[in-house]
Amino acid sequence: MSIFKKNKKSGGNYLSGKEVRAIAKENAKVMKELEAYKNRKCDESEYLTEMQGEDNILEIDNLHSYFFTEQGVVKAVNGVSFDIPKNKTVGIVGESGCGKSVTSMSVMRLLQGPTGQIVSGEIRFHAKEKIFDIAKMPMRDIHKIRGSEIAMIFQEPMTSLNPIFTIGEQLDEVTFINKKGARKDEAKAKSIEMLNLVGIAMPERVYGAYPHELSGGMRQRVMIAMALASDPRLIIADEPTTALDVTIQAQILDLLRDLKDKIDGSIMLITHDLGIIAEMADYVVVMYAGRVIEKGTVEEIFHNPLHPYTIGLQKSKPTVDSSNEELYNIPGNVPNPVNMPNHCYFKERCAMCKEKCAGDYPDMIQVSPTHFVSCHLYEEGQNNG
Amino acid sequence: MANEQIIAQDTPFDPEAILEVRNIRKCFPLKKTITGKVTSELVAVDNVSFKLKAGETLGIVGESGCGKTTLGRTILKLHEPTGGQIIFDGQDITNLQSKDMREIRKQMQIIFQDPYSSLPPRDTVGGILSEPVEVHNIVPKKEVKNYVLDLMDKCGLRDYYFERYPHEFSGGQRQRICIARALSVQPKLVICDEPVSALDVSIQAQIINLLKRLQKDLNLTYVFISHDLSVVKFISDKIGVMYLGNMVEFGSKDEIFSNPLHPYTKALFSAIPYPDPDVKMNRIVLNGDIPSPANPPKGCRFHTRCPYAKDICKEVTPEYKDYGNGHCAACHLLEE
Amino acid sequence: MEENTSKLGADVVDTEEPLDKNVRLMSPTMMVVRRFFRSKLSIIGLIMVIGLFIFSFAGPVMYDQWGEIELDESGKTEYAVGETTYTVNGVEYTLRQTTEKNLKDNFLAPPSEEHILGTDNEGYDIFVRLMYGGRISLTVSFLAVFLITLLGVILGGIAGFFGGWIDNVLMRLCDVLMCLPGIPILLIISTILDASDIDAKYRIYLLMTYLTFISWPGTARLVRGQILSLREQEYMVAAEAMGYSTGRKIFKHLVPNVMPQLIVQMSLSLGSMILYEATLSYLNLGVKAPYAAWGTMINIISTNQDILQNHLNVWVPAGVCIVIAVLGFNFVGDGLRDALDPKARR
Repeated sequence: MSIFKKNKKSGGNYLSGKEVRAIAKENAKVMKELEAYKNRKCDESEYLTEMQGEDNILEIDNLHSYFFTEQGVVKAVNGVSFDIPKNKTVGIVGESGCGKSVTSMSVMRLLQGPTGQIVSGEIRFHAKEKIFDIAKMPMRDIHKIRGSEIAMIFQEPMTSLNPIFTIGEQLDEVTFINKKGARKDEAKAKSIEMLNLVGIAMPERVYGAYPHELSGGMRQRVMIAMALASDPRLIIADEPTTALDVTIQAQILDLLRDLKDKIDGSIMLITHDLGIIAEMADYVVVMYAGRVIEKGTVEEIFHNPLHPYTIGLQKSKPTVDSSNEELYNIPGNVPNPVNMPNHCYFKERCAMCKEKCAGDYPDMIQVSPTHFVSCHLYEEGQNNG
Repeated sequence: MANEQIIAQDTPFDPEAILEVRNIRKCFPLKKTITGKVTSELVAVDNVSFKLKAGETLGIVGESGCGKTTLGRTILKLHEPTGGQIIFDGQDITNLQSKDMREIRKQMQIIFQDPYSSLPPRDTVGGILSEPVEVHNIVPKKEVKNYVLDLMDKCGLRDYYFERYPHEFSGGQRQRICIARALSVQPKLVICDEPVSALDVSIQAQIINLLKRLQKDLNLTYVFISHDLSVVKFISDKIGVMYLGNMVEFGSKDEIFSNPLHPYTKALFSAIPYPDPDVKMNRIVLNGDIPSPANPPKGCRFHTRCPYAKDICKEVTPEYKDYGNGHCAACHLLEE
Repeated sequence: MEENTSKLGADVVDTEEPLDKNVRLMSPTMMVVRRFFRSKLSIIGLIMVIGLFIFSFAGPVMYDQWGEIELDESGKTEYAVGETTYTVNGVEYTLRQTTEKNLKDNFLAPPSEEHILGTDNEGYDIFVRLMYGGRISLTVSFLAVFLITLLGVILGGIAGFFGGWIDNVLMRLCDVLMCLPGIPILLIISTILDASDIDAKYRIYLLMTYLTFISWPGTARLVRGQILSLREQEYMVAAEAMGYSTGRKIFKHLVPNVMPQLIVQMSLSLGSMILYEATLSYLNLGVKAPYAAWGTMINIISTNQDILQNHLNVWVPAGVCIVIAVLGFNFVGDGLRDALDPKARR
């Protein structure tokens, strides 16, 4: 009983046992339903769909991915929509907990069940022959797109390679999986070709090496080679250079920019670094607390940022030639996306807050054919023309 | 003085400097024989010297494995230095016994990179902050709580956080708690070991501003360790660039940024992605990887990646020289 | 954009965000409790353990019809009349003989209202002796585990914190102790104890002391390993930088963080200590008749084949008690391990 007494003393912002049980009961019900839906058997026709834009490779439409935790439902992705056009790089930028990684995990269907679930929304993906709605695909059919159609580069090159197999074995495996009946020497040829492509100087030697013999930068190159080995139509790069040193990061960015032109595919680049986005991306999606707050071409976002958060983000990063006495900063903290109120999530940290911001969550407003922003400040402009 | 490679032990201490480091060296044993004789070692920090005045900030920049964290911890004597001298506030603390060191400790503090592992998980914020105050008798017992609340206010923490546990806070708030803990013993020198690298951009700015304001209010001296040049530029008065355990360039902020001498510094500057899509950078991309500090290359340690390397660089270690205005560098190219 | 610039950095202070107020977390204790009770097995384990405790310690107070070494003397004396006929020199004699059979002790009685689980071959009440046996088993195990933990924490803590030659000496000592064959040495010690005429009541404590002595290395290694990894944590470096004394660092900062693993280890070793105690008593080395222990009560079957086959009520209950105790402690230990596992923390 002493536990409960102590809680009251420390401010009373803890959940009571009763509430926790109620949450757990509610979650269990929903999770069971969603798990069953994920593991169902169904015909392919059930998840075939049509693209809305001609040139898009991926269309995410009102995606909701939630985590059913013991402390409540975390709406990590809460109504996210954006498109990835063919052969373009779309940068997704945001701070930790904004849902950028969860979006990419949803596309790959890598969310850890039963707590992590796609609750609603569509992820339309233009595969080589068909168009799938990834959100509706049952887990047993996911292999149709994972690896072969969409590949992923992870943040930690140190842990994303299996330490007990050589680089060659791991690269060959990708070929074997994607090309049924491939011969050993074919696979090796392809692997060496890939290692060459990512700028590894001695591909033959790296082919026979174990991951621990390579440095971080080399491993990230190998990871990129593995992602490219299956000729994917979409590469998801989740913070590909965050774990690397600045000079190594410059190498990898150079490589990625090079590859962009060489490969026939789109890149979804997730990062928190605006510098990388400016350098790499064609389109930018800015996320905050599980929502897209602004999206547009890279020029629009950097030269004409509209949302106060985007503006603040750009100003708060010190650059080598900035010389202010004090840095601009956005006050407060990134909100925890449990029990979010239905008004603009940025309201409490916003310097340009208006009366209207206490109202409903702002809709997406189209400013130019490609530029969208979700903020009450720009609503009038839209009404006038 | 910086012209000399080795500073003599009995050189008088600079009365203006709060911290003076002379030829400091730290090696970690890699292999030992059964009798404890070291057969191979990793030289993490090699022959680094600098002086720092009270109220100044020294920024130390470098990539992983360059020894910047080891340097910070060696200055605090969390690692026993292998060679060289550390002079803090006019006192040579290099050979102090741990008992005498305990008294000095409260004058020099450290803030860590990871705000998650640097706070004890089983103590409340109030407990974490009161403990050092009580141990060092900073204020009388009765006033401890008020003192801590005042400190929390200075660091931008709400007073009701006192009863809460660290796990309830976000990274930025935890870093504020870490700063408050470091300042609780009223130190003169604070080593900031990548204090903002683990934080989000919008939170980084808050913490940097907080550190700056506290420095002004409390006349603190910082050694600010970071891999992010733009952050270092923002907060520092002097900057030291490290590569594989060596200080390759050292000077005032303006000198370093307007006139970088060492090719590594130049490459480091150009490697930072610039947040403007229209700026096409003329980037110096360094080839190859950082060599392992356990097996550093001969001669100039940077020659394996240096775009301007000459034959002499492969054989002879360049001298660390003053090229005017206290702007020091170690490179053969500059000697011509 | 220009307007915002004027507001540059006006706010260095962390503003209280009302959004945070909507978020309510679970306290650390609550999280552990919650995770513990999420597993059905740990609840079952907890019920088993608590049940046994009530049974052993409160039982004899509430049910005091019989004592631990109180014989049921309600058995009747039977008289049998025997007639033997024999002939001497053609004359037939009949010899009448009355034998008195002492059945004063009501032994091997079947379960009845009087004796809930019947009586054993001596006439002791089995149900009551189960309770007293539980007292001995639980007390002895708790004492042993407490001592093991104490020794383990102190020696493991010293080895882990100071390292160097102290660590080397202590760890080699652990190796040596772990090589010792436990049961054979126990047999030897027991023989010595037999010869030196020690009260039957106390010999079990002596034997458990020996068990403590050979069992602490496990705990010491656990503590040492934990401390080695905790020592590298940055908050320990911070404590060093704060200039705290060694004692404060070990006992205020390190040991409390080892507690979760220690509690798990303790509950798991309680199970094994109960087994040890039962084994000793079964081998007639531990608690000796007439005092009750679960092991001694099972030991009865070794004296009489008939009991093994036909009087299950004599020895099965004691066996069930041992199983319940060991299972219960293991379930609780597993549950605690899952609940306290820092990797599962969110």
